[in-house]
Amino acid sequence: MTSSRWSVSAIHRDRVIPPLLAFVAFIAVWQLVVIVGSYPAYILPGPRAVAERFVVAWTDGTMAPHVATTLSEIGFGFVGGALAGMLTGYVLARSRLANRVLSPYLVAAQAVPILALAPLIALWFGSGLFAHSVIVALIDFFPVAVSTMVAIRGVDRRLLEMARSYRVTRGQRLRMVEIPAALPGILGGLRIGITLAVVGAIVAEWTGGETGLGVLINLARGSLFDIPLMFAALLTIAIIGVALYSLVLLVERRYAIPPP
Amino acid sequence: MSAEPGRAASEPGPATAGASVPAIRLEDVRFAFTVDGRRTDVIGGLDLEIAPRSIVALVGPNGCGKSTLLRVIAGLLPARTGSVEVEGRPVAGPDSRVGLVFQEPRLLPWRTAFANVSFPLEVAGRDRAARERRVTDLLGLVGLRDWSRARPAELSGGMRQRVAIARALALEPAVLLLDEPFSALDALTRERFNVELLRLWDRIGATIVLVTHSIAEAVFLADRVIVLSPRPAQLVADVTVDLPRPRRPGDLDAAAVTRTAAEIRAHLEGATDDAFSVATGDVPAHSQPEQAIR
Repeated sequence: MTSSRWSVSAIHRDRVIPPLLAFVAFIAVWQLVVIVGSYPAYILPGPRAVAERFVVAWTDGTMAPHVATTLSEIGFGFVGGALAGMLTGYVLARSRLANRVLSPYLVAAQAVPILALAPLIALWFGSGLFAHSVIVALIDFFPVAVSTMVAIRGVDRRLLEMARSYRVTRGQRLRMVEIPAALPGILGGLRIGITLAVVGAIVAEWTGGETGLGVLINLARGSLFDIPLMFAALLTIAIIGVALYSLVLLVERRYAIPPP
Repeated sequence: MSAEPGRAASEPGPATAGASVPAIRLEDVRFAFTVDGRRTDVIGGLDLEIAPRSIVALVGPNGCGKSTLLRVIAGLLPARTGSVEVEGRPVAGPDSRVGLVFQEPRLLPWRTAFANVSFPLEVAGRDRAARERRVTDLLGLVGLRDWSRARPAELSGGMRQRVAIARALALEPAVLLLDEPFSALDALTRERFNVELLRLWDRIGATIVLVTHSIAEAVFLADRVIVLSPRPAQLVADVTVDLPRPRRPGDLDAAAVTRTAAEIRAHLEGATDDAFSVATGDVPAHSQPEQAIR
C-alpha cells in the first residue's frame, strides 16, 4: 500500500542498492576463493567461467528445454498441490470429524521424506511430466494444508457472527469473510510451498527423465563432465526459485492486508 | 420501492395496522446454554412488548444475559421456549428486519468504510447502483461521507462504531439493537454519540433497543428502562422515562432525571448485590456514586 507512494529514488536507495552490494560481495568472495585455493574448473569454476557457460547454454539452446520441463512440473504440481492443500486445510479447520480421521495420516505422510517416496512414484507413474508433477504436488500439499487450516481456524469468530447476522450463505461466508481473513496465513503457506516445489521438481528429475534441470545437472556431472554447465544449471534453479518466491510475495503484498 | 425489499417485506401482514402491533414482542422467552451436559439458564421466562419507534434501554447486572437477549431478538440464538415476534411476525434465524450493532465494531479490516457498509447489501444481492446510493446515504447519515475510502485501521474507535451503525442500518431494519455500542469510547465522545444517536433515531424512525451499564445513559436516551435480574434474566422493573423530546444534555429537567435514575437504581439494588458496581460501572472507582447519575 505505502510502497506505491514511494518515490522512484527512494525505491532505489532502500530496495535496490543494498541487495546489489551484497551480490557484488558474494561474487568477489567466490572469485577470491577460486584464486586463493587455485581450484581447477572441474572442482570450483570461477564466477566468470560460470557466467560464460550460463550465457552460452542459454544462447545455444541447451538450457531452454530443460527449464521448460522443470517450470511445467513446478507449475502443474504447485497448482495441484496447493489447491488440494487449501481444500484439505479448509475441511480440517471446519470439520472436527475430518480432523480426527485425517490428521494422523497427514502427519504420517509428511514424516516420510519425499526422497524416499520418489522411487515409488517413479514405479507407479513413470518418469514423465505427470509423475514429476505428482512429486511436486506432494511436497507442496502439507505446508499449504497446515497453513490454511491454521489460518481458517484463526478467523475471528466475532466477524463470522457478524456475517451470520446478515444471513450469509456458506459460499458468501467463504468468499467474503473466510478467504480474505485467512489470506495472509494461506499465502505464507504458499510461500513455503513454492520454494519446496522447486526442490520437488529437481528431486523428481533425479529419479529419471528425459529433460529438466535435475537431469541436466546429472548429465553435466556425469557423461558430459561439464562442471561449469552444472553450475550454470544451479544458477538457473536459484533464479527460478527467487523469481517464483518474489511472485508469491508480490501477490501477498497486493492482496493480503494485515489486520490492524 | 424495489430497491428496498427489506422494508417492503415488512409491509404485508398486520404490520400496517400501526401502533397497535408492537415492534418487538417477547412471550415467555427462555434461553439456556449447555456445556458438558450441564444446563445454565440465561433468560428465564421474559415477556415484553416494545412499541414501534420507541427507545428501550436494558439494564442489569454484569453477565445477566442482556447481550444474549439481543441475540435472541436478532435471531442469532434460538429461544428455548416462547416466541419472539418483530412487527407481528415470528423471528426464526437471522432476520433482515433486525439490525444488530455489537459491542465492538466488527468491521472487516480489509474493506474500506464504504465496502463495510456495503457488506449486507452485497450479501442480500443488491445491484451495484443500488448499493452505491444506499451506502452514500448511510455514510452521510453517520457523518462519514469523507471517510468512505478509509480502512478501519485508519479510523478512530468512534468512527468505526459509526460505520458499524451505518452497516446495521443498510437493510433498513425496523428494529435496531445496540449492545453497549459506545462502551469503548471516552465519556465526552460517548455523550456526543448519545446525542447523535437520538438525532439518527429521529431520522430513521426505527425502534431501538440498547443494552447499557450506565443509568444516566439509559435515562437520557430511552422511553422505557427495563431492569433485569441476575441470571437467569427476568423482568425486575419497567420504568417509564417521562422526559420530553427532543432531549439535549443541557436542558433536561434535572429533578425528573434524578428521580428516574434513583428509581432505576433502587430496582437494581433490590435485584442484585453488586448493583453498586453496575450503577457506577462507567465512572472511576474513586468518584462519588452521585456523579454517575448525571
